Amino acid sequence: MKPRSPHNEPPPSPALRIQALESLLIEKGLIDPGAIDEIVELFEHRIGPRNGARVVAHAWADPQYKARLLANGTQAIAELGITGLQGEDMIVLENTPRVHNVVVCTLCSCYPWPTLGLPPNWYKSAPYRARVVIEPRRVLAELGLELTADTEVRVWDSNAEIRYMVVPMRPAGTEGWSEERLAAIVSRDAMIGTAVPTVEPREGARHR
Amino acid sequence: MNGIHDLGGMHGLGPVVREENEPVFHEEWERRVFAVLNLTMAAGQYNVDELRHAIERMAPARYLESPYYEHWLHAAEDLLDAKGVVTQEELAQRAAEIARRSSAEPLRTDEPPRGAAASRRARDAGRGRSK
Repeated sequence: MKPRSPHNEPPPSPALRIQALESLLIEKGLIDPGAIDEIVELFEHRIGPRNGARVVAHAWADPQYKARLLANGTQAIAELGITGLQGEDMIVLENTPRVHNVVVCTLCSCYPWPTLGLPPNWYKSAPYRARVVIEPRRVLAELGLELTADTEVRVWDSNAEIRYMVVPMRPAGTEGWSEERLAAIVSRDAMIGTAVPTVEPREGARHR
Repeated sequence: MNGIHDLGGMHGLGPVVREENEPVFHEEWERRVFAVLNLTMAAGQYNVDELRHAIERMAPARYLESPYYEHWLHAAEDLLDAKGVVTQEELAQRAAEIARRSSAEPLRTDEPPRGAAASRRARDAGRGRSK
């Protein structure tokens, strides 16, 4: 940590450091203080995995949309009005009975913000980034997802340009469901690839 | 660049710990770091590649032990200093001023320095902190 207070005091906490930085940037006229609240509100309450769930549900309900989504993710997602920062170049991966996809960013924290919101801490954590690329089955099992031995696991490493999102398999027993009802069973983790949708979500699964 | 950020395949980092019903931000300072970084990037102070490179230059031990948004904060301080926009000296001085003011008014330790965030503070006070 570089900034040090001049009188042998302990280094400032992150809370103090950001207060100092924010007040200097405002004072210099470099950021608009009102915009801070707007951005926080947007990412805390308006952008999140419900967007991605809407994309998945629409793909399940409309095979032609699914074909477009898998062929050009960015464009098909934009058809539903979902666009923006960190989602400019999307690749959408389809889970099948033979192939299970899971997404990571080994170098940092790249993640499709417009469809999934901001990533959870475990996705950005050193253990997930280190391990899911060498022992994906074990990591998935620890997270509660047991895959059969004949399922191929594909791990996709995101980068600063390309962001991935998984379309999980539509569970049996959802025939005739509305897209809204379908979207409700698609969790954030199912679109990362560390979970799969079930017809009766476990306690809390909808929020993950 | 082969640095500590290049974690893929590394052993010994322990289990993946997942938090049920995790909030988008855990602390108020994380919200502010996220917003300030996005605003300074949008204003053209630096781009996302510079941001990542600054994070990758963190001291390796600090990189592993610090919370995620501290990486962002470090990068912003580092880049703005390098570009002469906000120097480390200005930051240290301002932090010391805020700390002095806070210790003089112990009930307001979390008080941001300016009035514009007042509406958020009022809202936060109304619904309680996330952690």
